[in-house]
Amino acid sequence: MSEYAIEAAGLRRTYRSRTGWLRPQRREVEAVRGVDLTVGNGELFGLLGPNGAGKTTTIKLLNTLLIPTAGTARICGFDVVDQTREVRRRIGYVFGGDRGLYDRLSARDNLRYFAELYGVPGREQKRRIAELLELVRLDGRENERVEGYSRGMRQRLHIARGLLHRPQVLFLDEPSIGVDPVAARELRQTVADLAATGTTVLLTTHYMAEADELCGRIAVIANGEIQALGTPAELRHHADGRQVLEVEAYGVSDAQLAAIHVLPGVREASVTVTGATQMLTVQSDAGVDVQADVLRELDGVRLGRVTARQPTLEDAYVAIVNRVATPPRPLEAVAA
Amino acid sequence: MIGVGLLLHTKQLSRSSFEIATALIVPVVQATLAVYLFRAGDEPGRLLEAAVGAGLMGVWSSVLFGSGGAIQRQRWQGTLEMIMLAPRAPALMILPITLATAVTGTYAMLATLLWGRLLYGIPLHFAHPLLFLIAVPGCILGLGMFGLLLASTFVLMRNANALTNTLEYPIWLVSGMLVPLTVLPGWTGPIAAALPTTWGARAVHEAASGGPVWPSLGICLAISLGCLVVGALMMTYVERRARAAATLALA
Ligand SMILES: Nc1ncnc2c1ncn2[C@@H]1O[C@H](COP(=O)(O)OP(=O)(O)OP(=O)(O)O)[C@@H](O)[C@H]1O
Ligand SMILES: [Mg+2]
Repeated sequence: MSEYAIEAAGLRRTYRSRTGWLRPQRREVEAVRGVDLTVGNGELFGLLGPNGAGKTTTIKLLNTLLIPTAGTARICGFDVVDQTREVRRRIGYVFGGDRGLYDRLSARDNLRYFAELYGVPGREQKRRIAELLELVRLDGRENERVEGYSRGMRQRLHIARGLLHRPQVLFLDEPSIGVDPVAARELRQTVADLAATGTTVLLTTHYMAEADELCGRIAVIANGEIQALGTPAELRHHADGRQVLEVEAYGVSDAQLAAIHVLPGVREASVTVTGATQMLTVQSDAGVDVQADVLRELDGVRLGRVTARQPTLEDAYVAIVNRVATPPRPLEAVAA
Repeated sequence: MIGVGLLLHTKQLSRSSFEIATALIVPVVQATLAVYLFRAGDEPGRLLEAAVGAGLMGVWSSVLFGSGGAIQRQRWQGTLEMIMLAPRAPALMILPITLATAVTGTYAMLATLLWGRLLYGIPLHFAHPLLFLIAVPGCILGLGMFGLLLASTFVLMRNANALTNTLEYPIWLVSGMLVPLTVLPGWTGPIAAALPTTWGARAVHEAASGGPVWPSLGICLAISLGCLVVGALMMTYVERRARAAATLALA
């Protein structure tokens, strides 16, 4: 058995698409631009990054669905381009969303079909399927057609399908999308259990807490390149020397946000909306107290609770990703 | 594996309300067409043959749209990636689907005959009833294998639908499903001889109205087997191309 479950060296992938028929125009997207990574056996590895960063593409390069434009990758020592059959025997793939199932078949028939495809021996199938239906809590509804399933139920069926053949390496692309909090917690438990029993897991997610709780190591990918890689604790260092101010507000305008962004000492500023409430998060250099300045900019806006706290993994993530996404700010704004 | 796949894909296909509606209406239309075409031609004795021919057209349509569309449908459902990920030869994953389309197509054959009997009183006297029961599944099997070749050609083409539509009628005609081959211009002969649909149709016709069934059926299956082999090779090539071109997923 190979030392590493997943090895990738210089992985690149360019999508070429043609639009227009009479006058075809070529468009090229460099989705992944040189990813190097190794994941050890039994490791639980997280891949984080903004939308369009190249996470799904990276996973599809590793699970043989796409052929790399350049670079090589091995799964359990087998090359993903030339030894696809060996690779496919060893991997499971679960992606987020409600597609990828046979809607007019029952959950049991779906699993039966894939068990057959993935070569689960006939005498073991029944037991394995029952076991997995119980694991994802679809037992009791396994004979209903999938078209009547809720989104989260489909997602759980996906997960069961991905585990049918007891893969050594499991690729989970946003597996918890649409899954309710209780089921999501159970899913995390399942994933942790799998890793504890030696399954290697490569997970992408947009939920920082999930990554923080589960992953031994995390790679933050943006623009098709790995921007940072390390344990959650190591990644948190990217926000070292910063502090975070959170302000509950109702009606912060874009102009105000922009003004806050260029305040002296402010490194990041963003607004997330939940219901009618806005949550303004401002990261600043630890030595500078920006609270007074920020509140002055918010003059006239109705405010709720104001809290200052230490940075979390999410703040570190924001710092890493913004470093790539935003062009460097004018010098005087930084120096001032 | 192929058995379970066939069973479940047939289940999946036959539960589509669109398919059910088409399957209910099309045979009636076809039976009517067949009957009136031949009544006008003053050949009432050949009504059965006409009905069988119409039924075969139904099977062919099902295979053509089913196999061409199957890959597309798998792509839309997002299941194409999932079945391609299985550690098996790609052709083995697609064959059950194309066979399933042929099997659901059989229904069109039965329904056409039934409607022909009920609405127009076509006598269902088969020359070789037993052979008919062998020729039809044989023809289905052949068409299913031919479907694989079609399917593999269609995987790479995102606008396979346009091609599908242009293939439906010519092959009905050229294979002599409805009108005898002798009325077609001579140049279609070689094309017809190379198509498994021709021989399958001939076997079924012979079983219905007399003639040596086995040779035609044998040729049909032999050509189909050839299609299967070519289709399988092509499938392997096409799968690799699709992985390079990123056409497995719905982009
Ligand atoms: N089939 C395709 N054809 C062309 N471009 C594509 C294709 N698939 C992805 N892309 C492009 O590649 C880039 C990376 O996409 P990818 O799906 O890997 O992102 P992601 O990190 O998974 O994002 P998300 O968080 O939204 O899932 C994007 O710019 C996307 O538009
Ligand atoms: Mg993605």
